Amino acid sequence: MIIAARNYLVFLQRCARIAFVGDWRYYAWMGALTVISLLGLNAYAKQLVHGLIVTGMSDEVSWGVYIANFTFLVGVAAAAVMMVIPVYIYDNEELHDLVIFGELLAVAAIIMCLAFVTVDLGRPDRFWHLIPGVGQLNFPRSMLSWDVIVLNGYLLLNVHICGYLLYCRYQNRKPGKWFYIPFVFTAIIWAVSIHTVTAFLYVGLGGRPFWNASIVGPRFLASAFTAGPAIIILALQIIRHFTHYRITDKALLTLRSIVQVSMIINVFLLVCEVFKEFYSGTTHGVSARYLFVGLHGYHALVPWIWTAITFNLIAMVILVMPVSRSLRWLDVACVLSIVGIWIEKGMGLVIPGFIPTPLGAIVEYVPSLNETLVCLGIWAFGLLCYTLFLRMSVPILQGRIAQSNEGQPEIQGDEPEAPVSGASPH
Amino acid sequence: MPTLTPPPDQTSDAAFSRRSFLRGCAAFGGLTALAASLAPLREMGDYTSTEQFLQKYYKELTPDDMAKVIARIEGEVQKEYGIRPHVRDLKPMDGVEFVYCLNLTRCIGCRKCVHACVAENNQSRNPEIQYIRVLKMPHGSMDVEKGDHTYDAKQVPEKGFFYMPVQCQQCHNPPCVKVCPVNATWQEKDGITVIDYDWCIGCRYCEAACPYWARRFNFTKPEIPKERLNPNMSYLGNRPRKQGVMEKCHFCIQRTRAGRYPACLEVCPVGARKFGNILDPESEVSYILREKRVFIQLKEEMGTSPRFFYYFDK
Ligand code: SF4
Ligand code: SF4
Repeated sequence: MIIAARNYLVFLQRCARIAFVGDWRYYAWMGALTVISLLGLNAYAKQLVHGLIVTGMSDEVSWGVYIANFTFLVGVAAAAVMMVIPVYIYDNEELHDLVIFGELLAVAAIIMCLAFVTVDLGRPDRFWHLIPGVGQLNFPRSMLSWDVIVLNGYLLLNVHICGYLLYCRYQNRKPGKWFYIPFVFTAIIWAVSIHTVTAFLYVGLGGRPFWNASIVGPRFLASAFTAGPAIIILALQIIRHFTHYRITDKALLTLRSIVQVSMIINVFLLVCEVFKEFYSGTTHGVSARYLFVGLHGYHALVPWIWTAITFNLIAMVILVMPVSRSLRWLDVACVLSIVGIWIEKGMGLVIPGFIPTPLGAIVEYVPSLNETLVCLGIWAFGLLCYTLFLRMSVPILQGRIAQSNEGQPEIQGDEPEAPVSGASPH
Repeated sequence: MPTLTPPPDQTSDAAFSRRSFLRGCAAFGGLTALAASLAPLREMGDYTSTEQFLQKYYKELTPDDMAKVIARIEGEVQKEYGIRPHVRDLKPMDGVEFVYCLNLTRCIGCRKCVHACVAENNQSRNPEIQYIRVLKMPHGSMDVEKGDHTYDAKQVPEKGFFYMPVQCQQCHNPPCVKVCPVNATWQEKDGITVIDYDWCIGCRYCEAACPYWARRFNFTKPEIPKERLNPNMSYLGNRPRKQGVMEKCHFCIQRTRAGRYPACLEVCPVGARKFGNILDPESEVSYILREKRVFIQLKEEMGTSPRFFYYFDK
């Protein structure tokens, strides 16, 4: 028992150590992220003192970019396990070792989500009111209470899976099936649930016809399963470039087919939605009209949504054409769909729900500088976390940090990262 | 994957100590930067207090706890405004369910109720928070989309329009209550939906859920001039609110639970507002709902079933 605890502590300590070593590029990247995170923290400190008045939000548009980013990132987190399905259900070997990168991305995304909801609270000091048993969690009536539960649960699940698999690799033993396979399958279902619950957060509001549509849920899933794997495709290439960790093109192309199909479904659902809002011509469609063409001279979101739609359409065309088998084109399509979906899911979904207000007033929303800094800070912090996770896990997966080399000279960070001869012949 | 031993590192001692020196510098610099970025927090002031932070949920407070809470609030108000207020925790009365009726034929849109409400309920004056929104509506339509929110009250009433004040409708089936993640808002047995300002976490979900745009959020610390403070207060009613919490119309709980009329009713120059107990068949509101041929619950199709009724004389 004591030995096990000691071993585990040594493992943690060596992980923590590796996080602080790297070559100059690593330091520059981490330094830049730290600076941006601190700028965001500073902006948040100002917000704590003066209140949410330092944001662009108002009683009319009472949620803004915080909740928009939150919504987008829930999707990213959910989609990370999309890599898991081919591996465990279809036994796809190519992706097998890469699953962990997807799950680490999920962990980072959930951390960002939790940060985004926290900065949106008027009274973050009262967060303990949400803790079941101590506070008053309004479960199961409030959809927000569901979200609190599923998001934290998802975080724990993924931390467990990643941590367990990495520790097994570190000890060079085979992971015990019962210790993680059930969790993997739970995580798959759970991933769908975090996203569905987040969609229901909006769908459940009868007073907001723009959100109160059953198509919102399916659209959430489709867009998440486009943007999430797209981010992973880019992330894997970055990992491959900087760490020489073996990632095959075939693995990337497997993910491509997920992005491809989801994007087609996503665009199809968009068409359904636009048709319903515009063709019937009922007054319920005013928010959609505001979003797509502007209303009574107000059209702050119009350029955004058309950018998003254009990006999505171009991405879809590239994806269905054979050119997207070349990584350069695939990357272009991924970037376009990530940006397109970020706009469409974030600003394009959250803001128009508030315009016009239920009493018919039109008040527009533009995020303030302080609010933008907080957002950038959280994104930087999330990237910082993901980089740290990768910095720790890649050497473990490569066998460069393992129980068997405990006590020997550690990696210094500026030696070549290329697998040492004889590594991973697969 | 086979386990490998990395080639032993040939780092010299000098490089090693240079490295740790640099790391020391970085750590120091990092901590300084962290402290600097948190510097604005020095202005936090009376954001919260230990008692307030640890305060229990309203429905779990014993009478003793409540007495302490009230003493704390009275102390806070005195410290801030130099006035000793009279704070009570008025409970709903048995056999009473409040209902509001508003005569749209009479209302002239003067917005006197809007301002009387602000004065009575200690709303922030900067930025000004108003619970009542009066819409100028073209004849013949109940569609709020056609309403004008910013008309000039000096010119009322204008021909071809009628005026419709909207405030919390005290729904039978309130969506705002359903969505609150921490039960900070609930419906009392006299029909008034209240908010515990000391429990709300400020997520604004209820504000998004309300189909009548009745809720208002304290985006910053409310500002009320000392001489304007109304010292007659109630815990769930008009006691001053903190930054970052939700508030809304509560049918002047501090008045109506003590047998008085709401401030908006008393100030109305044309007697367009009627308020009373629907469980009492003799009350004016019972009479109106019995006798008027048409009365309107705003957005009836929402299923919220408001306790606020609009009607016309002719
Ligand atoms: S009008 Fe709005 S705030 Fe008032 S009870 Fe109904 S839903 Fe809640
Ligand atoms: S803002 Fe306050 S009252 Fe409204 S839902 Fe959130 S916690 Fe509840």
